Amino acid sequence: MKGRSLLRVLASLAMLGLLSACGSVEPWVKPYERDRLADPIMFLDGDPVSSAYLYHVYEAREGARGGEGSGGGGCGCN
Amino acid sequence: MSQTLYLNSVSIRNAFASIILLALTRASVAGVLPDDRSDVLYHLYDGGGVTIDGPSVLVRKQVARNISLVGNYYVDMVTSASIDVVTTASPYTEERKQWSLGMDYLHRNTTLSAGYTSSVESDFDATTYNFSVSQDMFGDLTTLTLSYGLGDDVVRRSDDETFARDNSRQHYGIGLTQILTRNLITTLNIETITDEGFLNNPYRSVRYADPDSPVGYSFEPELYPNTRTSNAVGLLARYYLPYRAAVQTEYRYFTDTWDIESHTASISYIHPMDDWTFTVKYRWHDQTGAHFYQDLFSRTEATNFRGRDKELSPLTSQTLKLAASYKLLNNGWRFIDRASVTFSIDILNLDYHDFRDLRTDAVIGEEPLYALEADVVQLFFSIWY
Repeated sequence: MKGRSLLRVLASLAMLGLLSACGSVEPWVKPYERDRLADPIMFLDGDPVSSAYLYHVYEAREGARGGEGSGGGGCGCN
Repeated sequence: MSQTLYLNSVSIRNAFASIILLALTRASVAGVLPDDRSDVLYHLYDGGGVTIDGPSVLVRKQVARNISLVGNYYVDMVTSASIDVVTTASPYTEERKQWSLGMDYLHRNTTLSAGYTSSVESDFDATTYNFSVSQDMFGDLTTLTLSYGLGDDVVRRSDDETFARDNSRQHYGIGLTQILTRNLITTLNIETITDEGFLNNPYRSVRYADPDSPVGYSFEPELYPNTRTSNAVGLLARYYLPYRAAVQTEYRYFTDTWDIESHTASISYIHPMDDWTFTVKYRWHDQTGAHFYQDLFSRTEATNFRGRDKELSPLTSQTLKLAASYKLLNNGWRFIDRASVTFSIDILNLDYHDFRDLRTDAVIGEEPLYALEADVVQLFFSIWY
């Protein structure tokens, strides 16, 4: 049941993605206002090899797993 | 006595093979391919009688206008005389080698990623496949990532060549990154992981009260359920401070069908100073124990499922991180655009609320609770080209 629920959520989000292509949303943070977000100190995962290792350590020492980290995406600075 | 003992339950180790690759694919940014870079990292974990060190080498290179490849080679060299080992088995050494290969394909605002990971050690093999799609939306303020992972493992015993058990594992992930203001970026991660197969440790034992034993207890093999489903929700926010520094807060809620429930929170401060960048982080984690976990069972085979893996017990962990990174070759050199060297130490303190230290002569069931302190050291060089 959980797997089906998750599939529904995934399908809904995929539809959301498709619908977003049909309309235009005015960005409230303009591209020329993203200089601070483009600063390396704002990178969510600036050193993936290091953060991957630490996730490895935490998953070895604790019972929880997943859900940590930047989870994809970036600053949208391009 | 040549019997070895796993560092962790198989269910935890199952996830290892996919962690690095997941993190590497997470480095992808929808709408733009990741930077070409290479990292050479030395890692050291030292604490609780366990020393694990080794290298990790990552190479990422764009090979066409819209394709980037990434490879990672990672080694764990383990020397263990942990609390589990000294109380129920013998110290051992072990080596784990892991290869990961991944590819990102960019088409307009969509990034498709695929990856493969293989992890090999003397009594455990893990193979993982990962796929994800990231889509930039709303003027690149929003990035939605959907990911799926499939893992197959084989568990063996070093003292029994005929022993082999299978595990399968599936990851489902949703990530949403959102720019809220010109100073604030946030992410939401939802991750579900399902395991099915032989999830317990083939070596580990549970303790039960035994009046016929001189010490009052004996050991028998642990026995876990053969399925597990976990759900995690993570929130992250990073804010740019007015004087060019950043602060990041994170929170994660976790629950699973083994009745483990946890809360994890952290706060980081990142401060650049000339060619240096300093990071300080504090992380706190608290969890309940699995429903089949007990430090001391009342008798042999007292419950249908039983485990004494301290990672599945109720515990609180705290980590203090200190890191310093120094920029090199700011003007470039030959094919290198820039480089950096980074040193970090994470000081872990784990307090177990229902896992007792059997190395003392205390009355059975009243031994002192176990606590662990470990240092995690990383030194790595990075180049961008």
